[in-house]
Parts: sequence; structure tokens; C-alpha cells
Amino acid sequence: MVPGACEGAGEEDGRCRFRGRVALEREERVDRVTRIFASRWGILLAGAVIGGIAALLQWWGNPPNMGVCVACMERDIVGALGFHRAEPVQYLRPEIMGLVLGAFAGALFFREFRGRGGSAPAVRFVLGFFAMTGALVFLGCPWRMLLRIAGGDWNGLVGLCGIIAGIGVGTLFLRGGYTLGRSQKGPATSGLLWPVLATALLALLLVGPQLATGVPFASKQGPGSMHAPVWASLAGAALVGFLAQRSRFCTVGGIRDFLLIRDSHLLSGAAALVVAALAANLILGQFSPGFRGQPIAHSAHLWNFLGMALSGLAFVLAGGCPGRQLILAGEGDQDAGIFALGMLSGAAFAHNFGVASSPAGPGPWGPAAVLTGLAACFGIGFFMRRKA
Amino acid sequence: MSIVVDARGLSCPGPVMETVAAMARAGAGDTLEVLVDSATARDNVARTARTRGWNADIEARSGDFVVKVWKP
Repeated sequence: MVPGACEGAGEEDGRCRFRGRVALEREERVDRVTRIFASRWGILLAGAVIGGIAALLQWWGNPPNMGVCVACMERDIVGALGFHRAEPVQYLRPEIMGLVLGAFAGALFFREFRGRGGSAPAVRFVLGFFAMTGALVFLGCPWRMLLRIAGGDWNGLVGLCGIIAGIGVGTLFLRGGYTLGRSQKGPATSGLLWPVLATALLALLLVGPQLATGVPFASKQGPGSMHAPVWASLAGAALVGFLAQRSRFCTVGGIRDFLLIRDSHLLSGAAALVVAALAANLILGQFSPGFRGQPIAHSAHLWNFLGMALSGLAFVLAGGCPGRQLILAGEGDQDAGIFALGMLSGAAFAHNFGVASSPAGPGPWGPAAVLTGLAACFGIGFFMRRKA
Repeated sequence: MSIVVDARGLSCPGPVMETVAAMARAGAGDTLEVLVDSATARDNVARTARTRGWNADIEARSGDFVVKVWKP
């Protein structure tokens, strides 16, 4: 093709694409916004807003240091649906639906929604299952781990050491050629799994009937009974989902990229989350430093460390933290959606089999489950390798 | 010379790792053409190249993206 033949028009696949001026102007606007969010300021803004919203949701009624916790909130939803019978942790948390639908809206508006999947789905399910196992032994996903630190719960620092160790092991597997293989493009409808699921759960919460069986269950006491007003949770989480979709915010990715290629882009977003949540907690009087007596936490250091190490390893082998997986699921990624389904079933298992921790410490089968999960993840990391 | 790196369908951090490995192999005057199929991978690859002092240009191609990476 002659250079310059497409003057005044876009060139694509060796052909000129003439667009109307309105369409071109819209594209330029979209590009500008995309560049802002992809910049350092974009990721810092996203992290700070997530931290601020999380602290506010706690102020408005969510459990302490649990403004947004993907693991805890998925676990509460699983309980509300009756897949586990731990009565204090049952509630259709609208934050999960908000995250997915906020990301879905962002992906649609910026034309990034793509149906895709088929990259080792069963392995991803298992990784999601054990990521949840580790998170429920520690009592929190990586986001809550950061929120716990920002609230003065120093057990969160033990978890941070654990997650760094787990991600570190994961990067060794990555350097050794670990991969789950390529995903395939599918029709856009194939990517609707989580947006549809989120809409259905939201409908169940807002207008659904309560069945004779008691479903959906809602805790009368305990963390499941504590929640911000539904609309605050939904709107706050939708904004978080939108910002995380635009900025690609990922806590596990932050630590991974720093260890793997000394890139601090995503890590700076996670740091902004902690700083903003800490500042908001100090203003709102939600900061109380110490190890003992922290809310929805225990001080069994070994299992805090190993629980988060297991989570970190499972997340890095799957490509991102649980928040990021939900965002990807909202963008049409079935593989991330399968991972999230694995997390849901892991939550049910953890409570039905006495694995999940309570403030008294790990459940009777918590340590065995963490060690089993570590063995499974080491096996996955070792065997899922590209043939040299 | 133009070196094609096909990173389509890989989840994080696959595209960036493939790019960094290809950058290490590339000689002076080589241009990498990194094929990716998501906006996330596109931005990650371009950012990684730029923070290492390389140039990066983005082009859309049949619904995918080509990130051209070369030494200044």
C-alpha cells in the first residue's frame, strides 16, 4: 500500500477505514481517557479511590476492615445461597455484583468486552478453589489483607509476608516456563457468564422472593449481618469495578511484576490503596493498632503466613488477584470466570469441612487443607510447563 | 529485521515476559512486532518497553493489536 494513501483516515489491515468526524472524535476522546488510566496517575487514582471507598463502606456498616473483600464477600454469597451452613456469614453481598457490573460497563463503553476462554479451565477452577482455601484460613483476600494493615491489624503484615513468599515461588515457576496456554476468542455472548450471574444475584437480593427453604439466607448476627446500605455498597463497588477495569488494578500483579521484572506500576496502585484507607480510617476513627483482639482475625501467625502464601501462589499461577479475576470475568474472560466459580466452591468446602478460620484460629482441618493446597499448586506449577 | 512475537491469548504476565525475552535477543536495528489480543496486554507491553528506554508504537489489526517495539 502506498504510504500516506490513507491520509485523513485510519489504516487497518492494509485498507483505509474512513470514519465520520463524530466517530473519530469519540475515538480520540476514548483514547485520551484510556491513556490517562494506563498512566502512573491512573493507577494511583484507582488504588486511592478503592481504599477510600472501602473505608467508607466500613463506616456505613460493613464489617471492620472489610469494606471490600472479594473472598469474604463471595463466601457470604455462597452462604446466602445455602451452599454452606455457617450462619454468621450469609448475605448476598452486592459488592461482588457491583464489581462485575462496573467492570462490564467499563469494558462495554470502551469497547474492550471480548468473549474468550479455553485456557486450562479445570486447572483454573482448582487454583480458585485453593486460593479461597488460603484466604479463608487467613481471613481475607489480598484487598482485605491491605485493608487490615490500613486498619492497624498487624496480623495483616504476617499475611503480607506470606503472600510475598507465595508470589515469589510463583515467579520461579513463571521463569521456569509455567503457562496455562492460550485462550481462544469466542462470540461475545460466551463472555456473559459473570455479568448475567451478577445480574441474577442482584435481582435475587433486590426483588427476589424468600423461598420456603429460607433461601436466600441472611445472617441475624455476626459479620454477615453487618452491611452498608445496599445502594451504597452497589454504587461504591461499581465505581471500584469501573476504575479497576480501566486501570488494570491488581494487587498480586503488583508484587509479581516487581519481583519478576522490577516494574512498580501496579504495586504503586496497591500502595495508594493502603495510604488512602489508612488516612480515611484515621479520620473516621477506625484505626486501632495491634495484633490481639483484631476484628474477624486471628493471631495464629504460621497459618496466617501459610494461608496467604497458598493464596498468593494460586493467584499468581492464575494471573491475578481475586478482584482482578472478577474484573476480567466482567470483561468477558471465561477463564477468570471459571477461577471465580472455583473460589465459590472453595468457600462452600472451607465452611462445610471445618477449614475456614474463626477469631479463635484456624478450623480443625485448616492446616491440612492449606498443606494440600500448597502441594496441589506446586504440582500445577511444576507440570503445567511449556515443552522446551 | 522484524521479529514477530505472538502473545495472543496469553494471560498476565505472559505477553510481557515474551516481550522481555525477545528484547534480550534482539540486536541493533531489529523491530519487535508483538501481537496481543487484549487492551491490558497492549498497555503492559508498551509500558514495559518504554520504561526500559525502548520505543513502542501501537497499531490495531483485525480486532487485535500490534505493539511495535524498537531501540531508539
